[in-house]
Amino acid sequence: MSKEPLFSSKNLKLLQEPINKSNPITVQVLGICSALAITVKLEPSIVMALSVVAVMAISNVVISLMRSLIPPRIRIIVQLTVIAALVILVDEFLQAFAYDVSKQLSVFVGLIITNCIIMGRLEAFAMGNKPWPAFLDGIGNAAGYGIILIIVGFFRELLGSGELFGYPVFEKIGLYKTGYEDNGLMILPPMALIIVGVIIWVQRDKNRELVEEN
Amino acid sequence: MENLVDIFVRSIFIDNMIFAYFLGMCSYLAVSKTVKTSTGLGFAVIFVLGITVPVNYLIQNYILMEGALTWISPSLADVDLSFLSFILFIAVIASMVQLVEMVIEKFSPALYSSLGIFLPLIAVNCSILGGSLFMQEREYASIAEATSFGLGSGVGWFLAIVGIAAIREKIRYSNVPAPLRGLGITFIITGLMGIAFMSFMGIEL
Repeated sequence: MSKEPLFSSKNLKLLQEPINKSNPITVQVLGICSALAITVKLEPSIVMALSVVAVMAISNVVISLMRSLIPPRIRIIVQLTVIAALVILVDEFLQAFAYDVSKQLSVFVGLIITNCIIMGRLEAFAMGNKPWPAFLDGIGNAAGYGIILIIVGFFRELLGSGELFGYPVFEKIGLYKTGYEDNGLMILPPMALIIVGVIIWVQRDKNRELVEEN
Repeated sequence: MENLVDIFVRSIFIDNMIFAYFLGMCSYLAVSKTVKTSTGLGFAVIFVLGITVPVNYLIQNYILMEGALTWISPSLADVDLSFLSFILFIAVIASMVQLVEMVIEKFSPALYSSLGIFLPLIAVNCSILGGSLFMQEREYASIAEATSFGLGSGVGWFLAIVGIAAIREKIRYSNVPAPLRGLGITFIITGLMGIAFMSFMGIEL
């Protein structure tokens, strides 16, 4: 068997595809559950995105290493246990080193367990592939998920409270003096859905092949 | 009693699983194409939430919480197992779903065939685990309160999915801009429904 270079074009594709063409949120429609409620501000969105990257990359590798050992009948329970163990680690880590953010994320860290992207990728990819491609696939998909979170978080924090990472951007550039007011709607939960809807609109307008039948 | 009704109504309208917390969005988006199937899934969710939340409440209060193990022996008073809650909750949910499926299959084949494939899907529905985690976070005082919270959340989810399914059935006849068709417009409608549901927020209970 010839050895493949670590970043062959096939492996790079694993990393890039999920960020745009097969984005977990806007195209595969997975993992929306735990995604949207924490995007009021940019900081928790980024922490959430990083947590998902960590859980997803590691669980993909672990499952991929065990793939020939897991009896097919109980694979779902094995997968859930691996994910739950990793999520507990992430949760304890956040509580120890980023307590404020961990309070803001509240139950949504725990909900990474039932995040369908992770289960979906374990089932669809890690069960049938070697650890290294599985690792890249995990990073790619989690990054695709994280990018959407960060975009939504960016707009909601900027337009909703005029700040980025808590830094008052609009106040510093003197926008309020011109009569501008923050859009209070942006802070409310439904706006996250509408922003994702608009992201989907823009993305499908650029990639016409993704357009669905009505 | 008043308190129970309060929690029930609050979890249906104000803390609605879909519109306020976005839980269970995956199946909400995937199964909301027709009213009939979404009614089936909605009932299954009410059912499973109504069972798993009280069961997890018992686990939380008699096994996991700090000092919860004193009923075995007073020497265990400072054991705190709450870091295990994720694994135990998800295990309870997965096994309850399996159990509920078997019981329904045995005693009510008609209901079983109408719920059909939805029951196993529910184990990975985020609203179920979310229900248990919110129950843990909000520290309800009694099992009755936890049950009424579970049932209320289920009913809220049911209303949301049946509502969106009815709208999607109608929207098939409208001229939606091509890139927005399907998923995009569903997101935006859900957002608008969420804003409508926010009008319940002012209600003092």
